[in-house]
Amino acid sequence: MTDLGNGWTTAAIILLVAIVAHEPWRWLGLYLGRDIDVEGDRFQWVRAVATALVAGLVMRLLIFPAGALGGPPLWLRLAAFAAGVAAFFAFKRGLALGVLVGTLVLVAGSFWLQ
Amino acid sequence: MYHVGVAEGSGVHERDEGEVADARSAAGMFLSGLAVSLSIPGFILFASAGGFGALARDAGLSIGNALLMMGVLFALPAQVVMVDQLARGGALVGAVLAVALIGIRLLPMTVVIVPFLGGSKASWPGKAVAVHAVAITGWIEGLRRLPDTPENLRLPHFFGIGTGLIVVALAGTAAGYIAAGQLSGPLAAALLFLTPIYFMLALLATAAQPSDWLAIVIGAVLGPIAYWLAPGFDLLLTGLIGGSAAHVLARNWRIKRDAGLGGPGPRP
Repeated sequence: MTDLGNGWTTAAIILLVAIVAHEPWRWLGLYLGRDIDVEGDRFQWVRAVATALVAGLVMRLLIFPAGALGGPPLWLRLAAFAAGVAAFFAFKRGLALGVLVGTLVLVAGSFWLQ
Repeated sequence: MYHVGVAEGSGVHERDEGEVADARSAAGMFLSGLAVSLSIPGFILFASAGGFGALARDAGLSIGNALLMMGVLFALPAQVVMVDQLARGGALVGAVLAVALIGIRLLPMTVVIVPFLGGSKASWPGKAVAVHAVAITGWIEGLRRLPDTPENLRLPHFFGIGTGLIVVALAGTAAGYIAAGQLSGPLAAALLFLTPIYFMLALLATAAQPSDWLAIVIGAVLGPIAYWLAPGFDLLLTGLIGGSAAHVLARNWRIKRDAGLGGPGPRP
């Protein structure tokens, strides 16, 4: 994996992906921003697809972590996650509080298990 | 939810109360935009960029390339999926497709914020650069602050917001990258935990309609199953299948509700 991250090749790939696959959405959004129908059916579908994709990514990171997040057991990761979501809703959609509570539960649980 | 911020004194009052002439200048609005990065959303971004830095190190990315990715993509979901895909040895084509698909989210977000960037009078090149700051944090803060900003000062204000957030994100990435090598197990895990919890809560925070909620729930359930069945294509499948299902269910529900009420009523 080490040759993945150090070279200019990787830097070039990152730049290329950004310019070809990522930034154009912002420019297209700018271009379409004047007269697109945000309530339109096709638009709503795109939005739903993107939302589901990010939600899936979140659960993949949580359930099948690639690195150090795999230290705490799955049940603790899920419990911390659920605590964060619960705190978020309990405090009127408080983003910061939800992140804080979830992370604290994970840290406290990890130290308790050690 | 963000009403109490560290930057309150410098950023928020200018538009609430009788304006000081100085604060109404483009430079003043740029500076008060910069101050957003010192408030609570800025701190969350710093921390979740730290999570990304740790993740990038975990995956074998150099710190230079981690910072480059943070700067040029400037959207954590796309960065995380690209790093994750590369770390798992997934095909580059798969990474490009996943980044492109995730980036679609930026299209509606940009569309929504463009009307607040100063109307048709603001320069197009300026706007094309400014929309680089459209990502979850910049978008939320832009929508929250720009409507109350005088039209001719909106673009400088958003430039300030974007610049501050990008600087904070780069600093967070570097800090997380460095810290990840020195933290003990539980704290390193906590740093990596920030990304999924922040993403999920940000999704929930911007969810506004039934199809959003359905897409979140269905995507969350489908994601792990798709990864188990078809690793490498799991995000594409999750997005297309889960998103389409959420969209159709929400539309049918809306049609049924409208029919049940005897015609379209006021939207909730």
